[in-house]
Amino acid sequence: MTHSTALIHYTLHLADDGLILGHRNSEWTGHGPILEQDIALSNIALDLIGQARNFYQYAAELINIGGLSGPSNISNPAMGPGLSDGPRSPVTEDQLAYLRDGWDFKNCLLVEQGNGDWAKTILRQFLFSAYQTTLYEKLAQSRDKTLAAIAAKSYKEGVYHLRWSSEWVIRLGDGTEESHTRMNNALDELWKFTGELHTAATYELETAAKAISPDLSTLQPLWKEKVKEVFDEAGITYPPSVWMQTGGKEGRHTEHLGYVLAEMQFLQRAYPGCEW
Amino acid sequence: MVTTNKNIDITEVRKLLGEVHDPEVPVLTILDLGIVRDIRVEGGLEIVITPTYSGCPAMDMIRQQIVTTLDQHGYGQVKVTTVLSPAWTTEWMSQEGKDKLKAYGIAPPNPLQQVCQIRPFHREEAVQCPHCGSYHTSLISEFGSTACKSLYKCMDCKEPFDYFKCH
Ligand SMILES: [Zn+2]
Repeated sequence: MTHSTALIHYTLHLADDGLILGHRNSEWTGHGPILEQDIALSNIALDLIGQARNFYQYAAELINIGGLSGPSNISNPAMGPGLSDGPRSPVTEDQLAYLRDGWDFKNCLLVEQGNGDWAKTILRQFLFSAYQTTLYEKLAQSRDKTLAAIAAKSYKEGVYHLRWSSEWVIRLGDGTEESHTRMNNALDELWKFTGELHTAATYELETAAKAISPDLSTLQPLWKEKVKEVFDEAGITYPPSVWMQTGGKEGRHTEHLGYVLAEMQFLQRAYPGCEW
Repeated sequence: MVTTNKNIDITEVRKLLGEVHDPEVPVLTILDLGIVRDIRVEGGLEIVITPTYSGCPAMDMIRQQIVTTLDQHGYGQVKVTTVLSPAWTTEWMSQEGKDKLKAYGIAPPNPLQQVCQIRPFHREEAVQCPHCGSYHTSLISEFGSTACKSLYKCMDCKEPFDYFKCH
């Protein structure tokens, strides 16, 4: 894997995390428990999708530059069916979002999990935001200036997501018997996907070695500290070490991603290039 | 392709940019918001802007309005470039912009040092009600009608209001 291929994969991974979680959160739009929280989650979705766009635009730029110097193993799947033959037109952010298949997506398994109840949606956001803010804080120092700029900007937004979701984890964990039970059920369902957040994929090892991305193992203690602090306040027990499910970053997903893609990509698949 | 059919007058360009409004908070111009980062003239007129929030849906429209406004005044199809670094902050909002917000019924952003707290349930010290001036106000939701605002209510005049949150 060349340096630039690892960078493209890493950038797509960051983009996919944001897009998929943003899409999941947007499924709550119009369905939130109360109007203010519906708006809150929709705003978080908007932030995440906006961040993903910045990463996709950069990935497209890298792919298009790479395409000039020879074939890249990423360009064909990225172009989608029917678009890879004949003269190559530049890859766009929309193609990366709407025309790649499940095995091309590099998001963590955590973000593709179904919304479940409010507790599960909140906990998913919290576990991810605790990871994303520590990641972006470090990524803002990346040797790659574009990733650094996107991370610095996204970090400021992530801080709001983390605070909002922390408050809800505490409110539910330390709330009624019912809300406490639901939070623990959500924890049972989601915890096995948290190990992947700090398990480096092949491309992350390469980008970390080049000081493009932080060493994920150094982020894990910071994440644990943040999660434990909020769990303590919420009256939730930090789970003991268990077996962790990984694979999403390498394109091996749970069955849930397919449903997200089917809904998200339907229009562009059925009516290629459609605009409104 | 950047074509210019008149001499570039920076003062006039700035004045014209001051006529482009934020579609979501129309009382503010893009100069008030502080999102215009540079006006470049070498090799054709280029306007450099930065988004407020990553997902701000107004950016595409603002970009289009800059092009249209300058085109109407004979500057041709100017180039609009988006930069992300340094990240936008409400510190860049003009005093005039803050005054306009308040008159419009939106509480202007507090100075930055009062926030940047990650701790749950931590609140900004005091957000002043734009209607009656009371500091006896309470947060309803961290997220308001747009990404840049949160929702408050005044405990004295009982009116709800948007707060342009400091960022
Ligand atoms: Zn008042």
